[in-house]
Amino acid sequence: MKYQQIDQFAAGLAREKRAAVYDGSKAGYDSRYKALFTHYTAPDELRHLAGEIKQHAIENLDTYLPQVEAKLQENGAKVHWAADAREACEAVLKIMRDRGATKMVKAKTMVSEEIELAHFLEKEGVECLETDLGEFIVQIDHDHPSHIVKPIIHKNRREIATSFEKNGLGEYNDDPGTITRRARQYLRHKYLAADVALTGANFLSAESGRMVLVTNEGNSRFCLAATKVHIALIGIEKIVARDRDLAVLLNLLGRSGTGQQLTSYTEFITGPKSAAQPDGPEEMHVIFVDNGRTDVLESDCREILRCIRCGACLNVCPVYRQASGHAYRAVYPGPVGAVLSPLLAGKKFPEMADLPKASTLCGACNEVCPVNIPIPDLLLRLRDKGKQAGSAAASAATPPMGGYAILATQPAAWKAALSMGGIINAVPTPLLPQAAKTWVETRGLPPWRGGQFRKWMKQRKKS
Amino acid sequence: MSPHERHRPNGKRVQLMATCLCDAFFDDAAAATVEVLEYLGCEIAFPEAQTCCGQPAFNGGDWKASRKVVRHTVKTFAGEEPVVVPSGSCAAMMFHGALLEFEKEPDLPQVAQLASRTWELADFIVNGLGVTKWPGRYEATVAFHRSCHSRGTASGPAALTLLGSIEGLKVAPFGEGEQCCGFGGTFSVAFPTISQAMGNLKLDHVLATQPDEIVSADMSCLMHMGGLAAKGGRPVKTRHIAQILRDSLKNASATAR
Repeated sequence: MKYQQIDQFAAGLAREKRAAVYDGSKAGYDSRYKALFTHYTAPDELRHLAGEIKQHAIENLDTYLPQVEAKLQENGAKVHWAADAREACEAVLKIMRDRGATKMVKAKTMVSEEIELAHFLEKEGVECLETDLGEFIVQIDHDHPSHIVKPIIHKNRREIATSFEKNGLGEYNDDPGTITRRARQYLRHKYLAADVALTGANFLSAESGRMVLVTNEGNSRFCLAATKVHIALIGIEKIVARDRDLAVLLNLLGRSGTGQQLTSYTEFITGPKSAAQPDGPEEMHVIFVDNGRTDVLESDCREILRCIRCGACLNVCPVYRQASGHAYRAVYPGPVGAVLSPLLAGKKFPEMADLPKASTLCGACNEVCPVNIPIPDLLLRLRDKGKQAGSAAASAATPPMGGYAILATQPAAWKAALSMGGIINAVPTPLLPQAAKTWVETRGLPPWRGGQFRKWMKQRKKS
Repeated sequence: MSPHERHRPNGKRVQLMATCLCDAFFDDAAAATVEVLEYLGCEIAFPEAQTCCGQPAFNGGDWKASRKVVRHTVKTFAGEEPVVVPSGSCAAMMFHGALLEFEKEPDLPQVAQLASRTWELADFIVNGLGVTKWPGRYEATVAFHRSCHSRGTASGPAALTLLGSIEGLKVAPFGEGEQCCGFGGTFSVAFPTISQAMGNLKLDHVLATQPDEIVSADMSCLMHMGGLAAKGGRPVKTRHIAQILRDSLKNASATAR
């Protein structure tokens, strides 16, 4: 392959899409910066603290998982464990089948995308409706989200108006207010008709078993208003040790993700409705999803499990801005995805091992990460791992390093190469190795001055 | 990347790591580094056996090949003196990258010993030698590109301290300064579309301020930006910070005469 897959995707991306992704992510970066740096004198210290809080939690899951299970049970929730995507999907289906339920409304959850829940349930004859506006549009378009927080960052309102028209949601109208109103009207009936509500969780406290859900549309509250059964799908890395940890994490999540002090809605859920409450789900089920996470925990990239899915690393990433989220061929795009997706791919790791190559290692992702994940270091580790796995995807268009290593460990050979390297200026471009050809064609080469400095240095010593 | 712990220089003997890029293309940047260090009273040793820091293979994912090169570099730069590098990227390879790829290797201590005395040039001048005001004169408006390997290190602020103190020199800030130029080593040839798009965007921002020169602590970024600018029909002068510092001194002595 001449170039890397993600680069080829970027080359084929329509100008309009690239502009939408670029503008959307840059706006996200700017609002984050404003929110963090006007409210805090040392936001960087806060990021480091948040990183330590999450690192502590993931390194002590053996303590906190049993603790949170007991708390949840005490609070009246039922706890299920799913080792992989299949088990998680089946656990959801079983809860529904046991209750004769056929209609689900769901809030936005990345882990449901990861296990392809909607697809699975639809095949089983269960209606599974996305209620987050962006996810709803993705669903009616048979598309995929391209950003963790802004699933339709790649779409403009004209495309959305067209798909609303196609799906019987009124005549073409690309006014955002009208689009939102129509979606709202459609969804209201669905909330009332649904049997089961499915949500994720942004955090889950081991201390109290309290789960936290943040949204800006209030759709998760609607999901839980009329349904009798609440299913929460939660990745095992979502656990934090104490309730007070949430103060740090919530303050950073809103600011890092959307530039808000807090998201419009922050729900704390401590179980099904109590006897004193007039309404709310009568049953609450928590399904803990592993799906490769314990393998990540055992690896030397475990820091990625700190991620709180704010999307700040996508927004700042120059490669993401040019390539868009779909270039990453996975549920989690951008810098976090370039680490997480290959790790969660299991046996398919070699097919996804090109993702860690899609970075200049500029470090902007680490600089904005609210939990200070050393993303560039993890990308580098995965590059080494990809090489060891013999991944063809990873090595595409990458010059081989064997010859370089030989030259760079033998000073005499190195000096000879320096004096002869000028040949590169004389060789016709088509005869150059691919990497050199690409460089020469796009950037031009400065004149070869191999060995000149050494000569200068020697003369200087003499004089 | 966190700032690494380093030994304060003890005396003024230093070893120079010229970098493979200066060895092959940009001899004047290396020569300027020597003149600047000599002006500061340093006694410079240039280990002849030096080749490359090992970063191309490290970033390319071939850590086995990279470790061979790092071992050679560790052997070549034996001793206790500070190692000064006119590149934020090669310096970071020694004090950060090499440590990462040697984590499980028995010779990690030797690599760490070199890491603890490796300095990028501007960082060495300001934080190693304590020089915060640069003499001389340099009449120019420059755009300073903080190379990404200087992110989170003392190098970026150090370079700005020095540049900002030169009489006649104006540093013009440009938009999206935190963004990468798109070079990224082998990234530049494996992802040419994205790399060029990033580079051209950087040039748009930089050129909007109409600088006389783009200055950086890394020749690799400058080679990429300069090459793209030339191909795009909007040539721009690129200079290493060492060249600015040296020429500032030259201008001073010219005036004195």
